[in-house]
Amino acid sequence: MFKKIMVPVDLAHKSSLSRSLELAAQLARENGATVWYVGVTSDAPGKLGHTPAEYAKKLEAFAASETETHGHQASSTAVVANDPAADLSAVLLKAAHEIEADLIVMATHGPAFTDRIWPSHGEQMARKFPGSIFLVRQDPIHPDERTAT
Amino acid sequence: MTDTPPDTGIPEPEGVSDVIETEYEIGQDNVEGSLGPIGFDIHNPVFAVSGMAIVAFVFYTLALPEQAGSLFSAMFDAVTKGFDWFFLGAANIFVIFCLLLIVTPMGSIRLGGSEATPDYTYMGWFAMLFAAGMGIGLVFYGVSEPMSHFSSSIGGISVGENGVRTDWAPLGGAEGDQEAAIRLGMAATIFHWGLHPWAIYAIVALALALFSYNKGLPLTVRSAFYPILGERVWGWPGHVIDILAVFATLFGLATSLGFGATQANAGLNELFGIPISDTTEVVLITAITAVALVSVLRGLDGGVKVLSEINMALALLLLVFVLLTGSTVAVLTGFFDYLWAYVEYLPALSNPVGREDVNFMQGWTSFYWAWWISWSPFVGMFIARVSRGRTVREFMICVLLIPSLVCVLWMSVFGGVAIHQVVQDGYTAAQEADLPLKLFKMLDELPLTGITSLVGIVLVIVFFVTSSDSGSLVIDTITAGGKVDAPVPQRVFWAIFEGAVAIVLLLSAGGLGSLQSMVISTGLPFTIVLLVMCVAIWKGLASERKA
Repeated sequence: MFKKIMVPVDLAHKSSLSRSLELAAQLARENGATVWYVGVTSDAPGKLGHTPAEYAKKLEAFAASETETHGHQASSTAVVANDPAADLSAVLLKAAHEIEADLIVMATHGPAFTDRIWPSHGEQMARKFPGSIFLVRQDPIHPDERTAT
Repeated sequence: MTDTPPDTGIPEPEGVSDVIETEYEIGQDNVEGSLGPIGFDIHNPVFAVSGMAIVAFVFYTLALPEQAGSLFSAMFDAVTKGFDWFFLGAANIFVIFCLLLIVTPMGSIRLGGSEATPDYTYMGWFAMLFAAGMGIGLVFYGVSEPMSHFSSSIGGISVGENGVRTDWAPLGGAEGDQEAAIRLGMAATIFHWGLHPWAIYAIVALALALFSYNKGLPLTVRSAFYPILGERVWGWPGHVIDILAVFATLFGLATSLGFGATQANAGLNELFGIPISDTTEVVLITAITAVALVSVLRGLDGGVKVLSEINMALALLLLVFVLLTGSTVAVLTGFFDYLWAYVEYLPALSNPVGREDVNFMQGWTSFYWAWWISWSPFVGMFIARVSRGRTVREFMICVLLIPSLVCVLWMSVFGGVAIHQVVQDGYTAAQEADLPLKLFKMLDELPLTGITSLVGIVLVIVFFVTSSDSGSLVIDTITAGGKVDAPVPQRVFWAIFEGAVAIVLLLSAGGLGSLQSMVISTGLPFTIVLLVMCVAIWKGLASERKA
């Protein structure tokens, strides 16, 4: 059903991605698809590398370790943004277009009041991406809690 | 399996550069978390100290406007009278240092490593430079400054009982000599907008780019001091440098916003009869800050860049219109004459000691130098962000000379046409009007007044928005320890407080004078920072490989 699955990754917050990474790997194995891990960096030195090239190497290593863990096909793309905080969804959409992704699996936070004036990146992507998008909440909601919300 | 598709935006391999090995990890002192749904990632203690100080400042000025006003006025007097020589001398050192870098072998060093390639075209680069660098100021002072210097020069000098000059004429003035007054007035204006301000910006920009792109240190002002302070730069000495940069930037911006609000108000009054009052200015600052917030949320590419391009087009249109409908030939021939006048008067105008024209030197030059210095972290960081891949020589020539020439052209056209209206046509409305109104009075005498005045107001407002947006980005980067991907709500906080500072200072007893005194007071310590920065740049460049 899917050939290219794009997974946006924030290497600084890997722990909050576990569910989306696992799901993307599972979907890739079932569909024989390739997962594209896309990371966004700026050209200024950051925690994850002094240069975009250094960041790209870290992203490649990350993709390789995911392949080893889950046994699926994977690639990685590091994208440079002038303003990674504000331009994130626009840059990711451009990357999805260039990769020709047919599915995006993306971690996102739980719904909040501020989403009404300040939508999450996941929500912004879902509005604009023409293909399918799977937004994965990191914290599973139990049935009991669901009735409460 | 890993591979990279084409067109990912990743620059070519960087080649050779002397990366500084430090134990410090970018963001290690940051506090990350969230307040409800709003995330934050801030440097401790730079954000806490500067944030709390600004909030306290706003409340103090609001609560005690009279007391605050007299305090600001006393500060202004003390700094301009006591340290005018220091501002002038330091600015001269910056120009000489920049020119030195052009001619020495260090000029061949490439920012971003020996193999780095430029990220932006020349046109895109210049558009961002102007919109961020001098936007509102150019619109505010384009007519008013040449006109003021022309009027004071032709009026000649007057000496008070204490033997101190009371006039505002630059140098010795040019009493009764129209031709000489025009040349002196234009030379003095160009002096304030030419090489000196751009040298100040170039130094901060070069320091940030060099220590960030070549040395791999965080994109924050303290990084430039690594060759001098070593690892201590990550402790309190570095915190103090960054906090000073935040204060200088914030008050520099607030002053520009204050000028912008008064001019937009004057223009709206002229066009639509909207009253000139504190209330109108507060409403204007609030409304424009709200627009700036939308621009902040849209990011650099969707917000500032688009607005900057719109404004560049509008500014160019207005410039061409004024040039064509005003006294075209006189202005065009004047351009070269004024440039020559600038060269002629430059040694005298930049002399820091033994001056008799104290009002001009303290009220205009010292204030301008402090203002440019307070803007330098902001404009410098912007220039640094877009200058990767250029050699030091190319960088210095482009940042120093080309923007200076465009400023000269702008001043020659707007000031030249306004002065021509007085000299040739006997139209003195612009000469007699208050500073914020002079532009609109000059436009009154040209065709399509309604449209051009409206364009003038839009220009001021859009420059206001881009300055507020990009200023918030820079302050946010500094207060996030050099991280450029900190959560956007932090930028919203700074954008709101830039507007708030502009409002409380305008409302304090001194009005615009209070804004000016805060600029000059925060500019003074930052001048010392800039002087030390020159030494650090020299040391940093010495260890890089020359081509």
